[in-house]
Amino acid sequence: MALPKKKVTVDSRIVSQQELYDQVFQLVVKAPEVAALAEAGQFVQLRILNSSCLLRRPVGIAAADKDKGTVAFIYRVVGKGTKAISELNAGDTINVLGPLGHGFDTAAKKPLIVGGGMGLSPVFFYAAAMQGKADVLMGGKTKGELFWQELFTGKVQDIFCTTDDGSLGTKGFTTTLLPELLAKKDYDLVVACGPEIMMKGIAKIAKEHGVRCQVSLEKRMGCGLGACLSCSIDTTNGQRKKVCKDGPVFEAGEVFA
Amino acid sequence: MSHVLQEKDQRLHTNIAGITMNTPVLTASGTFGFGEEFADFVDLSRLGGVMVKGTTLKPRRGNDGVRITESPMGMMNCIGLENPGVEVFLKETLPRIEQYGMNVIVNISGSTVEEYGVLAEMLDVEGVAAIELNVSCPNVKEGGIVFGTDPKAAAAVVREAKKHTQKPVILKLSPNVTDIVTMAKACENAGADILSLINTLMGMEINIHTQRPTLGNITGGLSGPCIKPVAVRMVWQVAQAVKVPIIGMGGISCFEDAVEFFLAGASAVAVGTANFADPAVTMKICDGLNDYLAKRNLGSIQDIVGKVQIE
Repeated sequence: MALPKKKVTVDSRIVSQQELYDQVFQLVVKAPEVAALAEAGQFVQLRILNSSCLLRRPVGIAAADKDKGTVAFIYRVVGKGTKAISELNAGDTINVLGPLGHGFDTAAKKPLIVGGGMGLSPVFFYAAAMQGKADVLMGGKTKGELFWQELFTGKVQDIFCTTDDGSLGTKGFTTTLLPELLAKKDYDLVVACGPEIMMKGIAKIAKEHGVRCQVSLEKRMGCGLGACLSCSIDTTNGQRKKVCKDGPVFEAGEVFA
Repeated sequence: MSHVLQEKDQRLHTNIAGITMNTPVLTASGTFGFGEEFADFVDLSRLGGVMVKGTTLKPRRGNDGVRITESPMGMMNCIGLENPGVEVFLKETLPRIEQYGMNVIVNISGSTVEEYGVLAEMLDVEGVAAIELNVSCPNVKEGGIVFGTDPKAAAAVVREAKKHTQKPVILKLSPNVTDIVTMAKACENAGADILSLINTLMGMEINIHTQRPTLGNITGGLSGPCIKPVAVRMVWQVAQAVKVPIIGMGGISCFEDAVEFFLAGASAVAVGTANFADPAVTMKICDGLNDYLAKRNLGSIQDIVGKVQIE
C-alpha cells in the first residue's frame, strides 16, 4: 500500500448548484487545494456548516479542474444530509475534507468503464483522466436516468447504454451487454461503480474473460480517515480493510469471491 | 519518551499521575485511530495524549451490519472493538507511531479479570504512557459491560491491572449505571491512578420504514454534543467524591465545552466525536484554552479545575 496522500480540510465557496435530473444535483465548489491533489476514484467528506448534521457526508469526486481550482460532485438526495447539501446555493460555504482514499488505475491502455445509477459519478472523473481512451457502459432504470450520456459525450470513445425497461439502448442490465463487449474489444481493465449486486456481476464476467477489474465500494462512514472503523469490510483472503482508506477502489478479486 | 513541552502552550502544561502533558487535551479511544490517521491535520505532540483504539488480547473483527448512525446532535456506533490484537499493536503499530512524540495511552478490554492483567503486563513497555481500562464498552457481549456496572468487578479489574504494570492506570467509567459515584469510589480505592469519564450512553434507533433497528448490533453507544450535559454532571459528581485526577469527556467540540469540564473538576479532557466533524478541532481547543486563560490573567489551566462556584 502506498503512503497516504496529503489531505486537507478547507472552507469552500460554492460556485454553482444545479439540478441535473429529478433529485440529482451537481455541486461545484472552489477548492484549489483539493483540485490539485484529486485523483479519479477518490472522494471527499462534506461538512454542512451550521446545520443539524453532525457527521460529514462522503461524496465521490465527479470532476476536478486544476486550472480553475474547482471540484464537482454529482449526488442524489437520499437523506437528511444530501437534502441539506442540495439546499445550499452559489456563494454559500461548505467544508471539504479530502481528497480521500485511493483511486482507479490510470495506467490502463484501453479501459472499459461500467457505471450504474449514481455510480457513474466517480467514473466520470476517470473518463476525463483517461483523456478519451476509455469506453463507457452505463445502465439505468429508464432513458431519463441516463442523462449521463450527454456528460460523457466527447470524454470517451464509445458509449453503450442499457435500461431496465429498454427505453434506451439494450434492454436489461450492464451485465447483459458486458460479455459481448469484452468479447469484441481488447480491453485491459474494467472499472466499475454502482450497486454492489451490479459490481459483483460485472466482476464475475470480467474474471471469466480474463480482464482485470476494479470496483468502487460504498459504505457508511464516520471519519473518512481510517480511524473509526465504521466502514470495515472483509477481503476474500480474510483480512479486514477500510473502505475509506484502503479503498474505495479495490481490485475486484480482493473483495468479491 | 520523546515528549516535548511547547513554549506556546505553557499555560496548558499539565502533569497528572506522573504523565507529562503539553496540553490537557487528549483524544478519546475509538475516535482517533492510532493518531497517525490525523497527522495531516494535527500536531500530535501538542496533544496531552492519544487514547488509541481499544485493544484486546486476540484480534477482533467487530460487529456486522451498519456500525454508525447520526442522531440529533450526536451519533451512535457499534463497532464492537475491531482491532488487530495486542501483539500486532506492539510489533507493528507502536514502533510506527513513535515518531509523532505523543503520549500513547492504550485502551484495553478483557473478557476476564485475568486478561486485563495479561494485557497490562504486555503493554508495560517503553513508548506506552499509560493504560486505560475499558470496562464500559456497550458493544461487546462478553466482559465489558459487567465490569463496568458492578463496583466489585470494576475494582477487581483495576487491582489486577495495577499488579501487572508500572504505568499509570486509568479506569474509564460507564454512564450506564445507577450511581457513577459508587463506581468511581470503588475504582479509586482499588488503586486507579486516574478516572476517565464518560464512555458512551447506550442508545437505539429504529428505522420506521423497515421497522428494524438501524444498527447491526441493535443498540449502540451514543456520543456527541447531546451527551455533554450528562457528562459534565457526572464529572462534577465524581470530582466531589474522589481525590484522583479526572479526564473528562463526552460531547466536547469546542474550547468552551472543555472549560465546562475543567470547572466541573476534570484535570484534563478528551475529544471524541468532534474529531469526525473537524479533524483539526483539538488544535482549535488548545488555542481557545490558551486565549481563555490569557484573557483572565491565569497562569495555568489547573487554576480553573473544579472552580465552578456553587453557593
